[in-house]
Formats: sequence, C-alpha cells, structure tokens
Amino acid sequence: MASWETTIDNRIQIALRGRIVTTHILIHGQEDTVGVAVVEGIEAGMELTGWVMDSDETISVEARDPIPLGHKVALQDIAEGDTVVKYGHDIGRAVQSIAKGHHVHVHNTKTKRW
Amino acid sequence: MPGKDIPKSIWGYRRENGRVGIRNHVIILPLDDLSNAACQAVAHNIKGTLALPHHYGRLQFGEDLQLHFRTLIGTGCNPNVAAVVVIGIEPGWTGRVVEGIAATGKPVQGFSIERNGDIKTIAAAARVAHQFLQQASELRREECGIADLWVSTKCGESDTTSGLGANPTVGNLIDKLDPLGVTTCFGETSELTGAEMVCKERAVSPEIGEKFMKTWNAYNAFIEECKTDDLSESQPTKGNIEGGLTTIEEKAFGNLTKIGKKTKFIDVLEPAEAPGAGAGLYFMDTSSAAAECVTLQAAAGFAVHLFPTGQGNVIGNPIEPVIKLTANPRTAREMSEHVDLDVSGILRREMTFDDAGDALIDIMVRTCNGRLTCAEVLGHREFVMTKLYRSA
Repeated sequence: MASWETTIDNRIQIALRGRIVTTHILIHGQEDTVGVAVVEGIEAGMELTGWVMDSDETISVEARDPIPLGHKVALQDIAEGDTVVKYGHDIGRAVQSIAKGHHVHVHNTKTKRW
Repeated sequence: MPGKDIPKSIWGYRRENGRVGIRNHVIILPLDDLSNAACQAVAHNIKGTLALPHHYGRLQFGEDLQLHFRTLIGTGCNPNVAAVVVIGIEPGWTGRVVEGIAATGKPVQGFSIERNGDIKTIAAAARVAHQFLQQASELRREECGIADLWVSTKCGESDTTSGLGANPTVGNLIDKLDPLGVTTCFGETSELTGAEMVCKERAVSPEIGEKFMKTWNAYNAFIEECKTDDLSESQPTKGNIEGGLTTIEEKAFGNLTKIGKKTKFIDVLEPAEAPGAGAGLYFMDTSSAAAECVTLQAAAGFAVHLFPTGQGNVIGNPIEPVIKLTANPRTAREMSEHVDLDVSGILRREMTFDDAGDALIDIMVRTCNGRLTCAEVLGHREFVMTKLYRSA
C-alpha cells in the first residue's frame, strides 16, 4: 500500500474525531504546479485548502478566478513558455503567464504534442 | 494488500472450448451491411436473440479485411455467446466467419441471401435461431474459478476526477486480481501520448516495452500524417475539456492509472487479437473511441468490462457487460441511472483506494453472477467495427 493510501486512512480517523476541514483541491505530487478542484462552487477570493496526496502535506492558496469542479488552479506563478507539471510529469506548456491562484486550462495551456 | 477477501469463484457458463462466459446470448451476426435487415428481422421474430448490425464488410481488403474477419469471428467466439447465426450476402465470406466460430465447438450456422432473397433467408435462419435459443435456455451457470475470468478496461468522457479517483480504482482492482491469475486488458494507443515512456516501463521485459513503443509510434505517425490542428476537442474531447482536462499529456497520465501501481503488461495485442501468452495484463492497440475499443476487446474474448467515466459516457456493448464507475460527484448525482459504482468518496477523502477497489471487485463479481449493468438495463448495445482505411 502506498504511503498516501495509508494517510487517507489516517485522515478518516482524524475526520471521525471532527478535526478535518473541507479539502477544496487535490494535488497528485509535491512537484505539481497545479491542483484540481474537487468541490463545486469555488469563487475568486476563497482561501482553498489543498491536500498533496503523495506527501500528505496540507497547503493553502487563494483562488483568483472561479474554479469549476475538476478544473485546475495554479499553485505558483507560471511564466509564459513554462512547463505545467501534474502527476509529477510534463502535461504541456503555458502559452501566457499564469499567476498563482488563477484558472489553468485551454485558454492558457497547450499540448507539446501534435 | 489489506482489504476484503476476494471471491475465489464466479457463477458462469463454461463453453465447449473451456472458456467461461457470464452471459448466454444467441446472436444473429451480419457478415456485411447488406445483411443487417435480415438479421434484425430474425431477432425480431425469435424473442431473446440479439442482432448485431454494423456498417461494413464489402470490398474491404488487406489488413482492414483481416481485422473485419477477426472482429466478427472473435465476437462469435466470445464465451458470453452460446450460439451464433451468421447471415451474409453471399456464401463464401459467410462461410469463413462460420468456420472461424465453429472452431470453439459452439453451435453456429450460416445463411446467404443471394439466390434466396431476404424472406426465404429470414425463414430458414429463424428456424435455426429458434432451436439455438431453446438449447441455450437450458444451459446452467456453474461455479468457475476467478482465474477463468477475462476483464477489459477503457475509460471514457474522462475528466480530472478520472485520474484522481475512478481510474486508480480500476488500477487497485487489477493489482489485486493479477496475482490471482485473472486475464486483463487495456488499450487506447493514442491516449497514452505524453505518458508513453512511463507506459513502456510497465512492460514485463524490454522486448515487450519495445513492442509497445513500435505500436505507439505507428499510431502517432498516423495522427501526425492526418491531423489538421492539435486535435483539441477530438483528443482531448469537448467533454474532457469541459471536465477540466487541458492536454493529451494530462489525459494520458490519468488514463495510465487504470493499470495500477505494480502490475506489468505481458504482451501487446493487435486489435481484436485474443491473448496468447497466458494469464496476465495485456495492452491492445485500439482507438480511444469507447465503442470501437470495447468492441475490439469483446472480440478478443473479454467477458466483463470496467469503464471509469468522469463526465458521463453512457456506452454499453451487446455481448460484454460494461460496468461504469465515476468519482465525479456531479455525474454520480445527475446521471445516476448510468453509474454502477460511485467512488466520489475518494475526492472527499471518505473512501480509500483499497475500499474503492474492493467495492469494484464486489460489483464486478455480482455482475458476473448475473446482475445486469446500468448499460444493459438501458439497452446500450454499441457494436462498432474498427475500419482501418477506405474500401476498394
């Protein structure tokens, strides 16, 4: 069992003791520059709690755009031309600069293939 | 790995060649587009039989023709099929399909329309279908080992919740079933683009890794040759993009979580090719379009399909039951009639992957034992032949 699978069990124990807060975004790996919204209704200005799955860290980032369920938010400033990292891997390049907290999607990120 | 005890057996139909099916269909199989009407008329008359209309079978040649025959013969050979009536426009190619299916030992008979016309053909074929159906109705399920089961997987209308929840749930199941000798299969060649080097490392040996890369390179070269843009809205699809997936690379890494964390694939299959290297995980060269991929996997002999979806792909298959799971809470809520298993608890951190994998094994075994899937209940029977190029 991967360490982060164990940590989900631990988190459930914590939740049962009433100490957990809503997780708004999930991040696959520590190296990722984006997180994924896992709740509906994220609006600009909301302070988001994020859970890094492989390291069991909790992070926070302020949303600067509305982030629909399943869409990505920048965890750091990403310059035009930079590689966007998710799953610890290259998932494309930023075609404009994206400030931390902003929506990362097809309007500012493109494939490096095809 | 912790978790519930995995059932050691399922209740299936053991066929003449030893393969185990989980359904007991009598199918009316057209050789070609021209024979669809007669097949549908037979299925209309003989209640409980199933016609599989499709669009092709005329003037195909070369590798494309071979794939046509392999798909039709494989569909008839699938252990979920008890008996087959084949109807074609002429007797030659009809006979090739009949002979291919007859190798399994199951009841099969062919009919051709030229020199007979539709009405005489329908009457003769209906009498045989009548007999096959009554014979099949007396077959009984028997207890079969879990290792007799062949399981395929493919995801569709994926979104980011697929890579976070539903796809790793399938991966958890594969990691648990692989050591038990279950035969499994994944495909979607183009949809590994961006993650192809990571996928290559999951091959059992460098030779199989190279075989995978050769297949992936050929598909990628074909896309490069035919593309007119970056494929955005095709791969990823409009639905993928709506769900938050931005690039093919992102989609590919989510896709790959379906094969778990440790299981290695033992061989690379041609489209619709039956596994020949024993139990284990296989990669099959397929399109990433849901119905095309599942049709090829069913034709290779897979008996049950696991289909994670994000935005809510509604696909089914006429002979291979398709079990749908989603981690998207909105899809689970708004499209519940299509969802066999809701694993959105993973996103809320209420459910572990181990819990989700166990729940998927449970619903899969119940499906194998006779429970109808959502797609079966809703009548989804998408049978889509893969065509490699234009006919002559």
